[in-house]
Amino acid sequence: MSYFFALLFIFATLVLVVGLARKIIQYARTPAPLKIPTTPAPVTRSGVVLRMFREVVFFESLFKATKWTWLFGWMFHIGLLLVLLRHLRYFVEPTWLPNWMWFLIELIQPFGIYAAFAMVAGLLGLFIRRVFVDRVRYISAPSDYLWLLLLGFIGVSGLIMQFVSRTDVVMVKQFFTGLMTFSWGQLPVDFPLIVHLLLVAVLMILFPFSKLLHVPGIFFSPTRNQVDNPREKRHIAPWAKAMEE
Amino acid sequence: MAKAKFETPELQEYVEVPEVQEGTMAHLSPFVAKPDHNTDLNFPGELVDDWHEKALAKLDDLRGRYRSLQVYLDSCVKCGACTDKCHYFLGTKDPKNMPVGRQDLLRKVYRRYFTLPGKLFPKLVGAEDLTRETLDEWYSYYHQCSQCRRCSVFCPYGIDTAEISMAAREILDSVGYGQKYCNEIIAKLNKIGNNLGLPGPALLDTLEGLEEDVFDETGVEVKFPLDVKGADILLVTPSADFFAEPHVDGLIGYGKVLHEAGISWTLSSYASEAANFGMFIGSYENMRRVSLRIRKAALDLGVKRIVFGECGHAWRVAYAFLNTLAGPFDFLDPDYPVPQHIMEFTWDQIQKGNLNIDKSVNDDMTLTFHDSCNIARATRMGDKPGGQMEIPRNVIKAVCNNFADMHFDTIGEKSFCCGGGGGLLTDDLMEIRVKGALPRMTALKNVIEEEGVTHLAAICAICKSQFSKMLPYYGMEMDQIVSVHQLVSNAIVMTGQKTEEDEED
Repeated sequence: MSYFFALLFIFATLVLVVGLARKIIQYARTPAPLKIPTTPAPVTRSGVVLRMFREVVFFESLFKATKWTWLFGWMFHIGLLLVLLRHLRYFVEPTWLPNWMWFLIELIQPFGIYAAFAMVAGLLGLFIRRVFVDRVRYISAPSDYLWLLLLGFIGVSGLIMQFVSRTDVVMVKQFFTGLMTFSWGQLPVDFPLIVHLLLVAVLMILFPFSKLLHVPGIFFSPTRNQVDNPREKRHIAPWAKAMEE
Repeated sequence: MAKAKFETPELQEYVEVPEVQEGTMAHLSPFVAKPDHNTDLNFPGELVDDWHEKALAKLDDLRGRYRSLQVYLDSCVKCGACTDKCHYFLGTKDPKNMPVGRQDLLRKVYRRYFTLPGKLFPKLVGAEDLTRETLDEWYSYYHQCSQCRRCSVFCPYGIDTAEISMAAREILDSVGYGQKYCNEIIAKLNKIGNNLGLPGPALLDTLEGLEEDVFDETGVEVKFPLDVKGADILLVTPSADFFAEPHVDGLIGYGKVLHEAGISWTLSSYASEAANFGMFIGSYENMRRVSLRIRKAALDLGVKRIVFGECGHAWRVAYAFLNTLAGPFDFLDPDYPVPQHIMEFTWDQIQKGNLNIDKSVNDDMTLTFHDSCNIARATRMGDKPGGQMEIPRNVIKAVCNNFADMHFDTIGEKSFCCGGGGGLLTDDLMEIRVKGALPRMTALKNVIEEEGVTHLAAICAICKSQFSKMLPYYGMEMDQIVSVHQLVSNAIVMTGQKTEEDEED
């Protein structure tokens, strides 16, 4: 079984990294021929960085749109972030990092646990909204529900390992740090752990082919990342420039 | 085709988000373009036999040319933030008029043919084959979008339905399935120089008429020059300004301001149109072709500055795209922005104290201001972000004593579209225009009742035309819509102007 998971995670990591890299390269290479920031927009590059920061960290536009979706969505994302940071200690040895970074990872540990509850609660809220608001139900494909369930089960199986039947995390850590040098050990045979890891691998594999592309997508969104200076500075795409010759 | 019957929605205290009702607008499609008009724009005259392959090839081509399209097709998570933001959904209940519903018409085809899960498990991810029905649905619903970008304000990823609907219209054009209204107008502009098809002599005649009118009223010889070489300013204004009401009163206003500023200016018969419907059909090539007329006129006339009149999408093309499409404008005076909006020009003159204003002339009116979508959400005026909202209000307040804004959720970046933008200002789309005007009409009605507002001021030719049609549908008067420069025109007291006392003598 450990062998299966080792191969699975090597495969999943490859798909995730290569798949995402391909999409990011595609986004970066595709020109934005016209200036289309949603105005009022910042007139300087640093202003754009600030706008993007507010968008990525606080979900500014979503906050303008609907408070409930913002609340659930933000709870989920910020929860997920803290949980991921907490998980770093399963993949990293203290000696690999400067002291202060390891200190931060230790500091975050208890928050990571509360965050898991916030994450699952947020997902539940989003699921309920998807089912009960007729407009959102109308636009939902089966995969939209499945994503929420997938993430929800990942969260719940993780919480079970923390609060119901504890897994030998030392063994898990040995497995994953070993995996990085292709000399993995044994994984503990615990049902919640198997579910947890299986679903995470599925998520990693599907990521670059799914709506999870909103993660790199936001950074490439011309309505958010362009400086509002078309009169001051001529903006022209290579294919448009070619028309002038 | 028999005139479709429909009911005008009743105005309530506020616009309630309706329950979804599928297919309420499925019957509405605009007239299809005649072959001539398609070919004039370098599109196939009629729907081509291999439209299926051609449409997919065009979609593939466009997603490689427009980052917005590629990123927006991928990124939507179906969060629902946009679902209650479109005026057309609020007015029709049709879920395909929700921004995401509209985008998905194209997205489901993209997913089917260009993504792995869509190829393998179409049902699971909501991917669908491109069929003749899909194509007709595109034609119908992508012509029920005014490209107003209100949805893009609220989307957590900034997905702009306008970008999707422009791409869809370009795909439709590329297979010979163009819209009559837009394509006919662009063809006319390419031939004659403006959307109305007003040839040079007729234009000259109209302008001379205006000069006489202004002289009769004020005793001042205000000129409306045409094709004057060596003038300082080339004024480019929507052709509706030449005779539609209340547009023409705005044009008179620009003339008076320019006269008082003492700067020589001219209109051009070759570039007698600020509007650029190339944007509505998403065609960079056509938008560029129209824009180059302005560059040529500026060069031929040897002007130093370009100023645009009151028009919404025209200001978007001018402000945000002109430098890209027809630049660089290094032959113009670098001390002024290229191009400048007439509102920026007038506000500057007011601040400098060059205009003698008698605000009391407008005391019979209480004004409110409609932020046109393209101006509010796609452009700027002045140096600071948000100037496009502030400067027109500053001008109104400088020439009127009574002003009150509509509800804050319906102005500024959250402004509701008039319902007629984006190539929808045609009688064959009257039903969607009327229903889409509901949120704006509701906010207007409220400010009329609460603040005693009597008139709605706008700075867009399409908004003005649309409102003069819509106001009667909603129990108001068509002359309650005014141009901002009409207010300026009323209040300005030009040097040597005869006063009312003079007239009494």
